[in-house]
Amino acid sequence: MNFDMTEQQARALLEKLLGMSRADSCQVNIGGGNNGNIRYARNTVSTAGETTNTGIAVTSSFGRRTGSATGNELDDAALERVVRRAEELARLAPESPEWIEPIGPQTYLRTPGYHASTAGITPEFRAQVAADSILPAKDRDCVAAGFLSDSAGWNATMNSNGNFLYDRRTGVDFSLTVRTEDEQGSGYVTRDYNDVSQFNSADTAGIAIEKAVASRVTRAIEPGRYTVILEPTAVSNFLGGILGGFNARTAMEGRSWLSRPGGQTRLGEKVVDERVTLYTDPMHPDVPTAPAGGDGLPRRRMAFIENGVVSALNYDRVWAQREGVEPVPNPGNLIMTGGTGSVEDLIRDTARGVLVTRFWYIRSVDPQTLLVTGLTRDGTFYIENGRIQYAIKNFRFNESPIIMLNNIDAMGTPVRQNGRLLPPIRARDFTFTSLSDAV
Amino acid sequence: MQRRDFLLYSGAAAGAMALPHDLFARDWSGSITPILTADRKALADTALNAARSAGASYADVRIGRYLRQMVSSRERIITGTMSTESFGAGVRVIANGTWGFAATDTVTPDGIAAVARQAVAIAKANSVLQTEPVQLAPVTPAGEVFWRTPIETNAFEIPIQEKVDLLLEVGATALAGGVTFINSNIACVNEQKYFASTDGSYIDQDVHRIYPSFTVTVVDRAGGGVATRTAMSSPVGMGWEYLSARPSGKVHLPVGTLYNTSYDMLEDVQMAAEHAREKLTARSVEPGSWDLVLDPSHMWLTIHESVGHPLELDRVLGYEANFAGTSFATLDKWESGDFQYGSPIVNFFADKVWPGSLGAVGYDDEGVKCKRWDLVKDGVLVNYQAIRDQVHILGEEESHGCCYADSWSSVQFQRMPNVSLAAGTTPLTPAQMIADVEKGIYILGDGSFSIDQQRYNFQFGGQLFYEIRNGEITGMLKDVAYQANSQEFWNSTAALCDERDFRLGGAFNDGKGQPSQSNAVSHGSPTTRINGVSVLNTARRI
Repeated sequence: MNFDMTEQQARALLEKLLGMSRADSCQVNIGGGNNGNIRYARNTVSTAGETTNTGIAVTSSFGRRTGSATGNELDDAALERVVRRAEELARLAPESPEWIEPIGPQTYLRTPGYHASTAGITPEFRAQVAADSILPAKDRDCVAAGFLSDSAGWNATMNSNGNFLYDRRTGVDFSLTVRTEDEQGSGYVTRDYNDVSQFNSADTAGIAIEKAVASRVTRAIEPGRYTVILEPTAVSNFLGGILGGFNARTAMEGRSWLSRPGGQTRLGEKVVDERVTLYTDPMHPDVPTAPAGGDGLPRRRMAFIENGVVSALNYDRVWAQREGVEPVPNPGNLIMTGGTGSVEDLIRDTARGVLVTRFWYIRSVDPQTLLVTGLTRDGTFYIENGRIQYAIKNFRFNESPIIMLNNIDAMGTPVRQNGRLLPPIRARDFTFTSLSDAV
Repeated sequence: MQRRDFLLYSGAAAGAMALPHDLFARDWSGSITPILTADRKALADTALNAARSAGASYADVRIGRYLRQMVSSRERIITGTMSTESFGAGVRVIANGTWGFAATDTVTPDGIAAVARQAVAIAKANSVLQTEPVQLAPVTPAGEVFWRTPIETNAFEIPIQEKVDLLLEVGATALAGGVTFINSNIACVNEQKYFASTDGSYIDQDVHRIYPSFTVTVVDRAGGGVATRTAMSSPVGMGWEYLSARPSGKVHLPVGTLYNTSYDMLEDVQMAAEHAREKLTARSVEPGSWDLVLDPSHMWLTIHESVGHPLELDRVLGYEANFAGTSFATLDKWESGDFQYGSPIVNFFADKVWPGSLGAVGYDDEGVKCKRWDLVKDGVLVNYQAIRDQVHILGEEESHGCCYADSWSSVQFQRMPNVSLAAGTTPLTPAQMIADVEKGIYILGDGSFSIDQQRYNFQFGGQLFYEIRNGEITGMLKDVAYQANSQEFWNSTAALCDERDFRLGGAFNDGKGQPSQSNAVSHGSPTTRINGVSVLNTARRI
């Protein structure tokens, strides 16, 4: 059932769609591919499937009036229906003072990210990944619940202003929760790759199994402020969305943590520890990503926080035009520079602290301070004198990433987590507000 | 039958294209005429036969067309008019006692047969690891039936212009009320679903939902303060009539007007502007123990997280351990027959039939007729939410009918039905409830929410917080969040308003499963008093 579309085929289809357009300007996108997955729990496979789909999106404008429509059928009548529906919506929409013409021809980077190894994953391969979790979990009186998802897809866009982009990539995402049979211990691991040949499912599963067994007997310690060592998964949970808050418009409108009174922003201001640099780079070999932002702007390497200082904000084309600056596309990945060494190295240098495997159910409490709440999960341990002493009950926390990034003690070597490259971090005074009975 | 033939019946007739725009405009934005039932039945039988021939002991097929329309606005401009459509078929099978699923957007006899065979191949590949062969509860074959959300006016047939005009008026009203920014939108959903199974059911359903919403923001540019207030609307299983602002659909509370079966967007945005300005200067809450008076516009989310999710049987059994989590409400607690989930006045029920609710359908996505059942009776845990391959674990022979897939391309599984807190049986109004509170906080609207993976420890915010002292509302508070343990919280339920105050809230986008799927669900409750809850102050400086 594999369905692929070459650049040439995509171009032809987009030209056909543009040819149907009666609008003053038009942008057409198509995307599609094959997705496969296997899900298991209670040491057995629960669901598995494969899906093939294609999506078409058309945005049409008459003057400053714009409408959008999507569909997923590729015959001529269905394509035309999507085009006409977008046009009808456009004719009915009022004129927008914030309309901007489709982006002109751009030069895009050819970012890596497509691997035949991943595109060729079979149901049997997925079943083997499940077996590599389930069989060793059973051997240790544990229960495995995991999910493997793989995709091979392509995206292409073209507009009436002469721009064209074709991008093709593969990806595989794996996560595994292992719980002891008595439900007293729980461990977790997650990995993601563009190239599945980098994935060792047996070794990866072993990490979650060890965490589950090690966290079986817990003690409760009082909530309060603790030095924490956040494993890269926890760092990704906590900081993963941070670049989404670098929108220039929101900051200038006074409703973001990057706002200053009077329409000013914190651009150029030191906001976190000087060892913190947060940047994006679509070409990074460990975490490659799509070469364009949502509005077609080409992505390049760019730092948003450099040595603790806010060094850039994200300007969409409309706001950039209004402010008379170059637009800055929304970032496709998050990369944080770190130090050297492993989580174990950070533990070795810790007098007293809490090791956090991952966070869970993080939600914004106050967008102005970036205060979020959430909980620890799947392996929380007390550290004293450079060693893990015992597992502890989970905590709820209320903390702001900005406060945490000001309290950094040390960082380890960045590793890939969920398409991001992030180091393990040791930070002081992390605020845990209550205990949770959850395992 | 060739694909081209049934496209003629799908609203895309080629002849229409030659017509001038104004004659067929409505066809493009309006609801699409479903494929003729006879054609879908033939396609479905093709899939079912192909699955059986390949070795499936059971198969079902869902042919679905999913339509969405969204109009969005900020301040005085329309920022988007979007219409989406997705069409395809998913086939689910049991082979060698194991589930397999595959889906395709190529809805032709060849395409649908191929995908059925693919589903069987996947099931067989996975059966190697199978230790718990699927046990399906019997279902009464439905034959050929049709069900439609009982709407008065199909929102897809309301011209875009009317939606645009409403949002622009909402924006103008908000700005006139002194807000700095407003974002608003109207989202409409139509699921046209055709289900068939080897059990002998052919079920055609036309499901409608709508959600108008906004957020107003007031920025104190000099002082740097920011306050927001979101709409007091709910997503509902209704048509355009939800926006009719009928007086009979409103409720009048001690702090203003709220909405039940009818929403007045212009009135609400006017109040929201006042509320947001008032929030800027509201007193920051004193942390500590408070009695809470929780309006249904707030309570729905607490019910959703601390009752709805923990009582999903797949979570209890561990099927969601790697994503949504498990549950504190384990089978041994249910088996004991005396697990006190809440105080004796607490009764939770589940349903997929409540009129106007997001969960209401005639049949679930595995062909089971929908119904209502009890989850917690007089404070005691009595049941869970379960589907065909789960109810045998509860010793039941009939599925609860709460299986759902969010797309033709997603596999159906157990999803939350409406889960509601029954109204009190003693006459009591919100004003009477407040009059009895010495030191409390009256909370309206939903805000920040977070709960652990077994649903013990939660934290919730809200939209509006009013301090109650000695039975009187004394003013607005801010920086409020409460933390509690689910069982302790519900056992602290001290009073419930009566059925006159029973209202629904809900969400379009409850996430669960891997790949993650979205489910729309409503939760009803009356205004409820919970005693002695730990309240935090969430103000920080960075």
